[in-house]
This record gives sequence, structure tokens and C-alpha cells, in this order.
Amino acid sequence: MLSLERVSKVYRVGTFGGGQVRAVSELSFALAPGEVVALIGESGSGKSTVGRMVLNLLPVSTGSIRFDGIALSDLRQGDRKDYWRRVQGVFQDPFSAYNPIFKADRIFRTLRAEFFPRVETGDWNRRLDGALQAVGLNPQQVRDKFPHQLSGGQLQRLLIARALLLDVQLLVADEIISMLDASTRVDVLNLLADLKARGMAILFITHDLGLANYLSDRVIVLYRGCMVEAGPAEAVFENPQHPYTRMLVAATPRLDCKWPVSDWTPPVGEGEGLGCVYSARCPLCDGQCNRPPVPIETAAGHRVACWRVADPGH
Amino acid sequence: MSLSVQELRVYYQTLHGEVRALDGVSFSIADGEIMGLAGESGCGKTTLGYSLVRLSPPRRLVSGRAVLDGEELPLGDPDAMRRFGWKGVSIVPQFAMSALNPRRRIGGMIAELLAARKLRYLELLPELERRLDLVRLPAAVLAMYPFELSGGMRQRMVLVLSTLLNPSLLVADEVTSALDVSIQRAVAQLLAEFRDRGLVKSMLVITHDLAVLYQIADTIAVMYAGKLVEKASADVIIRAPRHPYTRLLISSLPEIGARHARCRLKGIPGQPPSLLNPPLGCRFRARCPAVSDQCGEEPPLREVAAGHQVACWQQPC
Amino acid sequence: MTPSVPGREFLYFAWRNGKLRFGLALVLFFLGVALLGPLLTHYPPLAYLNPLGAEAPSATYWLGTTCFGQDVYTQFVLGLRAAFLVGLLGGGMATLIGMLIGFMAGYRGGLVDEVLNVLTNVVLVIPTFAVLLIAAAYLQVRSVLMECLFIGLTAWPWAARAIRAQTFSLRTRDFVDLARLSGMRPLKIVFTEIAPNMLSYLVMTFILQFGGAILMAATLDFIGLGPTNAQSLGLMMQTAVLWGALPLGAWWWFIPPGLAITAIVGALYVMNVGLDDVFNPRLRERS
Repeated sequence: MLSLERVSKVYRVGTFGGGQVRAVSELSFALAPGEVVALIGESGSGKSTVGRMVLNLLPVSTGSIRFDGIALSDLRQGDRKDYWRRVQGVFQDPFSAYNPIFKADRIFRTLRAEFFPRVETGDWNRRLDGALQAVGLNPQQVRDKFPHQLSGGQLQRLLIARALLLDVQLLVADEIISMLDASTRVDVLNLLADLKARGMAILFITHDLGLANYLSDRVIVLYRGCMVEAGPAEAVFENPQHPYTRMLVAATPRLDCKWPVSDWTPPVGEGEGLGCVYSARCPLCDGQCNRPPVPIETAAGHRVACWRVADPGH
Repeated sequence: MSLSVQELRVYYQTLHGEVRALDGVSFSIADGEIMGLAGESGCGKTTLGYSLVRLSPPRRLVSGRAVLDGEELPLGDPDAMRRFGWKGVSIVPQFAMSALNPRRRIGGMIAELLAARKLRYLELLPELERRLDLVRLPAAVLAMYPFELSGGMRQRMVLVLSTLLNPSLLVADEVTSALDVSIQRAVAQLLAEFRDRGLVKSMLVITHDLAVLYQIADTIAVMYAGKLVEKASADVIIRAPRHPYTRLLISSLPEIGARHARCRLKGIPGQPPSLLNPPLGCRFRARCPAVSDQCGEEPPLREVAAGHQVACWQQPC
Repeated sequence: MTPSVPGREFLYFAWRNGKLRFGLALVLFFLGVALLGPLLTHYPPLAYLNPLGAEAPSATYWLGTTCFGQDVYTQFVLGLRAAFLVGLLGGGMATLIGMLIGFMAGYRGGLVDEVLNVLTNVVLVIPTFAVLLIAAAYLQVRSVLMECLFIGLTAWPWAARAIRAQTFSLRTRDFVDLARLSGMRPLKIVFTEIAPNMLSYLVMTFILQFGGAILMAATLDFIGLGPTNAQSLGLMMQTAVLWGALPLGAWWWFIPPGLAITAIVGALYVMNVGLDDVFNPRLRERS
């Protein structure tokens, strides 16, 4: 359904675009209906940039993103609207997603005006109530309220309901629960899982390995815009291969075991490595790492971009 | 006993009325103890942290007292509290470094802070450099500007600065929250290391992240709607919580291991009550699965086992 | 930042704000005089009515006469009208151009932003008076509307810069992305999503531009670059100074226009400070 082929994004910075910053490089992956793929990365990994490119809010610099075979860069104004009928996004900060001076249900009025100008009011209200109930909201409680009168969880559900009103086949969920309280987070995750069961594809962007593991089928770990490891969620979390993924897994606080007492030194080093982007911080880095690593398949569907993984000493 | 707090009540005024951010909180922190304070946003945990350092309007002390090392803290008097700041109770605020003047070099700022306390920068410099070395920062950072440091470096710098005078109590408010996981672990472990080395006598670590607390805290106190609902050692809180809120909260956390396909976790239905006009009785009543008639009365925080306190009527004494 | 305030709360704080009430009352008073004042006089403004020349206020000539025997009251109320016209049109135009350029640069970003930035900076540093002197040399007859146009075309840069900065920060908010995901066109997004969020700021910009335009017009008129065929407060002051109202002691000739300009511009600035208190909740807590 969705496929990215060697997608890169370069931002121009400075006066008249003098400088360049590479946010995403040569990223390829595909997403099938009913599949949840997690993009995992820390700040500066380019994960949100990928989400915005998939949502067609940002053009790619090189490479192509195709949805049902059609490249996004070929879409014209009218086609774009059609694309957004099928692909929608929910973002990190629920309070930033609503215009604070208007009531929260204005997002539905905008949606109706843009996509369903001919639907009658009665019919529309029935559809709206249906969508609100589908995301577990009581229409009476959430309609006609200002954003600050609703909780973060309710606001995120409203955005998901907005996506449901359209014929959405792919949802880009960018850190959608990282600002929610623990007691309501999991309900939003479960809601996404229900949508997946109904055949919706979800691109789940997060920095939290636990959340990615809970929900997703496959994960892609990004570091400075490059894919370092990709594979089935369980395989990646239980048997991480790339030094960066290993470090992430080791650093994530868990509730089932404590960090070992051994002295933990966070990887240090600034900037990008010459070949492998992680080589500047990598404890295993050696001479061959000044060439960009070619991803190798260590198990079925589990790919790792690291020269040292192939080494017997690894 | 390093710190003991009794029946602390702090309210603050808003347009719509008085918010009871802290409504009768009592606890104590022993020497060498790292106490974690967990709770959802708006439960009053940050207010608690600031109350021990500096209560300024609109926050207002209603009642309660705090004793640090046998000396009563003048909580209601910000000017008198200044005497205890830094050396007695020191705070690491969440966004400390962004509050600093971006045009001043870090060393210069520290010198100024010390001068305000009639301390000499040059005398403390060797110790400062030792501490920087401890958190793996080069002494060269003193000649740098705040913006030249990365998020993790800043947080470590602030940690060094706030513990420079060996405070009795360090209040760390969400210090690990905005950091990437790799740096988060380093900073969290540094907190424990500072305690282990005796640079800080005891610590109050405030965060919404129970998993981080479980890693470094000795005891964890859980707050809900302006009150403490449970306090016990970290292991007991995570493995054998007694309060229904703590139980539901922990069982809703998808920290590594749980997968949706295998076991579906559940959240807690409903929302915390508004602290503008909190309901009488147990504040978790409306969301609690084990609610009974007795819950209309407010449950006191009672000791149910050694070092384990719970505020719930359902607990056998 | 200018956080939003829901309507009723805004009115509540606006009414409680003394600065705002004071400023508004003063401006409305002068506006009333400008609108109704001319209805109470039947003298032509430039007619030589009083053979005695300069005379202190009396029942016939409410604000006295000039040394030519012209009625000061008539000149004053008509000048006041012109002042409000200049404020409204000149200040309004400067605000509109500032909005247009600010929104475009801030929302589009990139190359558009940089080009517009250069334009803004160029206009900002153009020596206004020099340009006007040249313009005056070519134009024989100058009208109030021309003056408005001139002020509108030169006063917008600071407004554009400020609006650009605000737009820039609002553009990165998720609700703008959400509007784009709804297929809304940029212009619609700017006017329905971004502009309402900075409404308070736009109002304040307009108020400052309004006052600025009145002051600018008075300055231009006073140095003789004003309209050649109309009444204005600046012109009154210019004639008064030229024909020796000061040594003659004809205070009724120059005090009313001077006082009116000072009071209107001052009141607008006080209003602006008051609005700042109302819009900014942090300032509001203190008061």
C-alpha cells in the first residue's frame, strides 16, 4: 500500500539556503493494510520528518514515496485532497493540534466543509456521533467544548475520530501518547490496535521502545536519519543486533528488572561518523566503519546496517 | 531523619477559585534515602517539590510544617527560606539551563551565584572541577555558554551546580523527562551516584515515569489528586502495590515485555477530580473498582506493613 | 506571544482595566468632536470673518479667531476629522500591508521570506522625509488621501516584521498541519487559523499605526509638506507659528490642535498598554 524507496530529505538552512542539513537518508520500507510499523528514534533521528513526508506535508528531496503505486510528488492539488481522504495524521501535542481560541469540535466542521460539503446536517451528525462512539467518546461530553476543557486523551481520540470520518487507510501517529498520562495512554494504544484489526495501516512514530513493542508488528530504528536496524518487533527488542539498538534497549528503564549496577557510560561523541553515522559514538567502531554499511539480513526480515555484526568477534 | 513533612497544605489562587494542589501530605525521608514521587500531571507533585524550596505567590501555604535535620523550615516565608536554599534544600528544576542567561559564561554565572552567598569561586573551583569530572564533563565547560552544551550536558551541569554545597536534600523535578533514553539513564544513575558518594544526604525525585523511579529510588510515594495514596519501598510499590490506584496504574504500563497481541493492558477509566472543589471522601472513589460505602469518608494514610503506608479503607491494618 | 482569551472573559478584563477605559474614553471624546463638531458651525474654515484679526474665544467664535480673522473652532473640528481620517486610512493601510507581507513571509518561509525580508529592510531604512521632499517638488496639489497613501506605504515595515515573527511561530503548530491535511488552501489557513490567534496583536498593531499616522501627518503638515487644499491640525500649528501666534500670545490658536494631537496619540498608547494587560494573562495576574 505505502512504500518508500530510498527516501532522503535535505533541509536548506542559512541565508538563501546556503547550508544543508540531512534529516533522512536513503530510507526504504513498505507498509501493508492492517500492519503497524513503528519508527523508533531519539531526538534528531528524522522520524517526524518521515511522518511529515508520508503525510505529504513535506516534499522528499530524493527518492519516492508511493501510495497504491502513485508517487506523492506527482499529486496535483485536487489529488492531494483525495490522498488526505485516505491518509491522515495525529500528532504529539494534543493541545497544539487544536486552535486554542476555537471549540475543539471545529476540526469536524472544517473537515465537513472541505470534504463533505454536500452531506446534510442530520446525516453528518449521525456519522459524527458514530465516529465519536467508535473511539470511545460520549458525544455529549466532548461536543461544544474548548480544548482546555477536555483531557489530552479525549483530544487525541477526537483526532482519531476525525480520521475515521474520512475513509482513512493509513494513519500516521507521531508520538501521539507521549504527552498523555500513564493511566489513559494504554487506552489510546488499544484504540489504535482496534483500528489495525479493522485493516487500517499505522505508521507509529515513537521514542519509546516499550510502546513500540506493545503495538507494532515491525520496527525500524533510525539514527540520524539512517535506518540502523529493522525487523519484527519481538526479534529486534529481544535480540537487538546493532550496537545502537542494543544501547537503546539497555538504557530503557523497565519494570521487570533493574539496570545492572555496572558503570554505565553513555556513548559519547558528537557529529556523524564518516561512513557509518553511528561510528562517532560506537564502541565497536573500527577501520571498516568509515564506509557506509550495507544492511545485511541476519534472520528472516531482520536487517541490520552494521559492518561489525557480520564479524565473528561481535 | 533528614526530612519530615507533616500535613502540608498548599493552595493556589486562580481566576476560578482556590486550587488545593496539596491537601494534607505527610511523609519523611531518611538520611541517604532517595524517595521517588510519582503521579499524573496535575496531582500536585511539582507543587510539593517547590513548596520545600520556595513558596511564592500564587502558591500559598495553608498549614503544615517541615523539619530538615532537626530544624524547622520556614515554608511560608520565602525570604527566610533563602537561608536554606542550595545548602539545605536544593532544587534541580526541569528546565534549569534554559532559564539561565545565554550571554554569560557558565563559570561566570557560578561565580556570581557563589558571591551572592559570600563564597569564593576560586576556593571552590578545585571541588567544582572534581565534580565535573565525576559527571564526565571537561572543566572547559566553565568557559562555555549555555547554548554550547547539549541537553544531557546541561542537565549534568545543573546537577553539579545544585549539589556543589552538599545539600541535605536535593529536589529533582522531572530531570530525566525531556532527555533521550541513552542520556536519561546516565543522568538517573548520576543521581544515585551523588547519593552514594555522600554529596547529597537525601533526595526527592519527582517524575511521572515510574520505570525510571524503580531503577534508582529506594522508596516510592504515589500521589493522586493532591494526596499521598501509597508509600513503600520501590520493589513493593512495583511488585505488590496495595492501593487500587497504584495497582491499576502499574498494570497499565506497557514497559518492555507486554505485547498487545498477547495481553491487552487496560487503562483507568475516568479522570482525576478537579482540585478546585475536590470531592469529600476518598478522591479515587469515582474511578475505583473496589469502592464501598466507607469511601465517602476520607481514608487516612495508615501503615499496613513495615515501611508500607496506604490510604485506602480496603486495607487490613 | 499573545495568548487568546475567550470573549466574555476578555470583556470582563477589558472593562476592569483602567488604562483601557481612560484611553478609549479620550479617543471616543475626540472622535465625537470630529464627527459632530462640524455640524455646529456654519463658518467656512478659511473665510476672513473677524475684521479685528486674532481674538480670544468668545460666544461668536468659540475658540477665537486667527490673525486673519478665521474661526479656529471650524478649523479645529475639520482638522480633527482629517486626523482621524489619516489615522484610519494611513494607519489601516500600513497595518494591512504589514499583515500581507508579514503573513506571506512568515507562512511561506524560504525564498519568499528572504525576498520580502530584504524589501522590508529596504523600506525600513528609506529616509522618509527625503522621499517626501522630492515627491512634494513634483506634485503641485497634495490631498489628505495622498498623505494617507504616503504614510501607509512607508510605515508598514515594523508591523510586517512583528507579524512575520508571530506567524512563523504559529505556523509550526500542529493545528496548521491539521488544516493542511484537511486540504485547506494557504490563504484560508492564514485567515481562519493563524490570524484569529494573533487578533489581539493585530488590534494593537493597528492602534499603534493609527497613532503613528496621526503623529506623522502632523509632523509633515507642520514642516509644510502636508495637503495644500485641506484643513489639518498640523497645518493649523504651522500657520500659527508662521504668523507669530506665540509672540502675539494667541494661545487659542495653537493650543487646541497641539493638545488634541498629544491627547489622541497619548490616549492610543495608553490604550495599547491597557490592551497588553488584558491580552497577556501574566500581566493580568499582577494587576
